[in-house]
Amino acid sequence: MILYSKTHEYIRVEGEKGYIGISDYAQKQLGNVVYVDMPDLGDELEKGEDFGAIESVKAASDLISPVSGEVVEVNDALSENPRLINADAMANWIIAVTINDPSELEDLMDQAAYDAFIAG
Amino acid sequence: MNDCDNLKITCLHDLHLALGAKMSPFAGYDMPIEYSLGIIGEHNAVRNDCGVFDVSHMGEIGITGDDAEFFVNRVFSNDVTNAPDGQCFYGMMLRPDGGVVDDLLVYKRGHNDFLFVVNASNIAKDEQWILRQAEGYRLCLEFMSEEVAELAVQGPQAESVMEEVVGIPCRELGFYTFKEIDRDGETVILSRTGYTGEDGFELYGPHGFIREVWQALMESGRAVPCGLGCRDTLRFEVGLPLYGNELADDITPLEAGLGMFVKLEKPDMIGGETLRRHKEEGPKRKIVGLEIQDRAIARHGCDVLSPDGEVIGKVTTGYRGISTDRSICMALIDSRYAKTGTELKVQVRKKVFPAVVVSKKFFKKSYKS
Repeated sequence: MILYSKTHEYIRVEGEKGYIGISDYAQKQLGNVVYVDMPDLGDELEKGEDFGAIESVKAASDLISPVSGEVVEVNDALSENPRLINADAMANWIIAVTINDPSELEDLMDQAAYDAFIAG
Repeated sequence: MNDCDNLKITCLHDLHLALGAKMSPFAGYDMPIEYSLGIIGEHNAVRNDCGVFDVSHMGEIGITGDDAEFFVNRVFSNDVTNAPDGQCFYGMMLRPDGGVVDDLLVYKRGHNDFLFVVNASNIAKDEQWILRQAEGYRLCLEFMSEEVAELAVQGPQAESVMEEVVGIPCRELGFYTFKEIDRDGETVILSRTGYTGEDGFELYGPHGFIREVWQALMESGRAVPCGLGCRDTLRFEVGLPLYGNELADDITPLEAGLGMFVKLEKPDMIGGETLRRHKEEGPKRKIVGLEIQDRAIARHGCDVLSPDGEVIGKVTTGYRGISTDRSICMALIDSRYAKTGTELKVQVRKKVFPAVVVSKKFFKKSYKS
């Protein structure tokens, strides 16, 4: 199951873990990604809190966590090759977190709702 | 409220949209930031081949009349005395306190006949400044920004593209010189100038002519359309200042390292007295280059810290350098820390990274001499 936030992060839910990245739409809007500022393993995130930033050539955009949880994986491949985000944003997640409170997923959008959201 | 309602457009706006440009407001205009190739591809096209920019948002002001040369030497920091017709000058308009009203190009078209090309973001301010200073002088001022469109054709292939596609001979044109050409009864100006650190040209003319040239360039496939995104990365990497970042009302040209464009010996120049004193004392702040020892990018406004953690200045522009592949920035800092090799720190969001003072010419210019 993939869900999206209004700030264009996605979370791919796999059991009690969620893989968080940015949507393909967000990737296209940003243009060439040159740096991903990621949290450390073990960091506790609050839903709605920024957990890092993604930088295109032009500017930095905050990454906002769609759920509360602990950072249990960090995609180190992005440190060396941030452009993987442009190559495939959905495959190249940024962090994985524990999903502490599954009810926090309820106000996120499914694919159809997100498609309608970005179509404006 | 929709901001787009108030935005001005250039005469090429529909052609940018047709090319699928990503548009964004800049200085009151809806301008192309990048096209389908993206900032990095466009940047590299200018460094290695040829790119063309719509810079029609720039401002043009004509200054003629019996007192024109005296007046230009008074309001402009460089010295236009006895210059040959067809010479371009880079410099600034200075405030009495030594701050910078704007940085600009001045074209000497003839005896007492000058053209100022100013930043789009400062057109209204510059026009008011010039009008105020002009009082009592015999001058004719012509504010032409709306009528004059401009293209910048930049890169090592710019000369051949200009000659073969646009049909204007230019190989004899020296760096920082220009010529005026009659095209179907209308005057156009071509100068060997630019804002990329590469060889190249800037072409000024009426809307119809500029549209024709742009379309010819697109049809030829010889010049890549380039947006304002790579215009900024290109100028930044060769250490050229941007007004609002490295220059401002409260940053002097000496602090910005642009003293060579300020002729302090000119007796009547506005700001001259302050800057002569300022030079003797030595500037308290300086624009420096910083290289960050990490992939993190310090952007405009980030704090620069001394080794002890004291804030000693701020970043003015920062990027992951495209031609250099390093995290680099320019910063305005306390001049006691400005020596090349000094180890400092830069704060990016919640983290602090080590940085070292380097030359702000991160990438070597390749102008035609």
